Amino acid sequence: MSARAPSGEERVVQLVVNGEKRRGIAEPRLLLVDFIRHELGLRGTHVGCEHGVCGACTIRLDGEIVRSCLMFAVQADGATLETVEGLAPGDGLHPIQQAFREKHGLQCGFCTPGFLLTAQTLLEENPDPTEYEIREYLSGNVCRCTGYVGIVDAVHEAARVMRTQA
Amino acid sequence: MKPARFEYVAAESADEAVSVLAEHGHDAALLAGGQSLVPLMNMRMARPGVVIDLNRVRELDTIRLDGVLEVGALVRQARAQRAPEVAEAAPIVVSAIGQIGHPAIRSRGTIGGNVAHADASSELPAVLVALGAEIVARGAGGTRSIPAEAFFVTHFTTALSGELLTHVRIPRAEPGVSAAFVEVARRHGDFALVGAAARVRVGADGTCAEARLVLSGVAGAPFRAARAEEAIVGRRLDDASALADVERLVRDEVSPTSDVHATAAYRKRVAGVLVRRSLEQAAPR
Repeated sequence: MSARAPSGEERVVQLVVNGEKRRGIAEPRLLLVDFIRHELGLRGTHVGCEHGVCGACTIRLDGEIVRSCLMFAVQADGATLETVEGLAPGDGLHPIQQAFREKHGLQCGFCTPGFLLTAQTLLEENPDPTEYEIREYLSGNVCRCTGYVGIVDAVHEAARVMRTQA
Repeated sequence: MKPARFEYVAAESADEAVSVLAEHGHDAALLAGGQSLVPLMNMRMARPGVVIDLNRVRELDTIRLDGVLEVGALVRQARAQRAPEVAEAAPIVVSAIGQIGHPAIRSRGTIGGNVAHADASSELPAVLVALGAEIVARGAGGTRSIPAEAFFVTHFTTALSGELLTHVRIPRAEPGVSAAFVEVARRHGDFALVGAAARVRVGADGTCAEARLVLSGVAGAPFRAARAEEAIVGRRLDDASALADVERLVRDEVSPTSDVHATAAYRKRVAGVLVRRSLEQAAPR
């Protein structure tokens, strides 16, 4: 994608996304989330509130969760990104995705990519979180369908499964 | 909701950022973690013509501890929260950072950005005033150090004048001195309604020898509850009547405003309770 050359104020942005080297073109004001969706064609990362409140656009930048609506694409030049597309190996589901499916952790699915990457980071830092720790860590992600009970259950279940696999 | 066009300058050094800032004045905005500036730009409440990105300026990304704790402006809140130097020199800063936003905000948001943005409900400004910290700024005319109490002027307004905040200098915790920060927010990670930072020195006789009690969310800038500070000195921090006096005095000396989140009367009440709790938490055990 984007074999074209940058024009005017546009810049080339080169980065690693889900383990793959990618390149795109961005004018300075292009938000990272829009770059990921439209320039890289990865539409799993969703655009929600566009002001850093809802968490739908959460991705991992150099291993840490960030809101991709609060960064400009030009700032990610040279970075390593992980998006929801990179979560599961191959065609299967990651244990967190499987647990969301089993525990009714999603309904419409709009907020789900952000929740999955946030939960992934939580479980890397804390493989056996309490309900309070899960709720606190996920507090920056908003879901308007399920009411969170299913989501918290799903993260508990994923933690359990991942501990037995580890 | 997309930002308006701007010219993007990725500064390589603090001096470069300062000189670009001097060249463009009010038309330029400094971009650190972007957790406050980018929402404002997305909503077009901010439309800088030039954005000076500080994220590649390594000299601003340092934590040093000798006589004082020196935290660079670009240090991410999450990194400061985990840094052993910060835990050793100013544990109250670690607990206050844990109350800023959410993990995904703290992983990107910076110490300098939080301080320079000067949101009236923000945690670190109140904590820095309570600790007697200094803010170091570099401008075209040189570098200066500003006491935190003089730095915060009012809502989103600081003593910075065409300058770059380069780091904050926080006095190292000393024996006999302790501090605590508490806040009340409607939901976890929301902007706090009110916060309270207390720094106390307890003398050999077990009474409070010195107190700095600072509130966020009750005025445009961190507010020192001077009458309550006076009232607690000379009394024990586990003296229920002293704490009741503090709670009442704070309630009387703050003048918060009402908004959709809470009434002024509620904020006054919460302010009194929080200062009492901050003293209870700061009390040496």
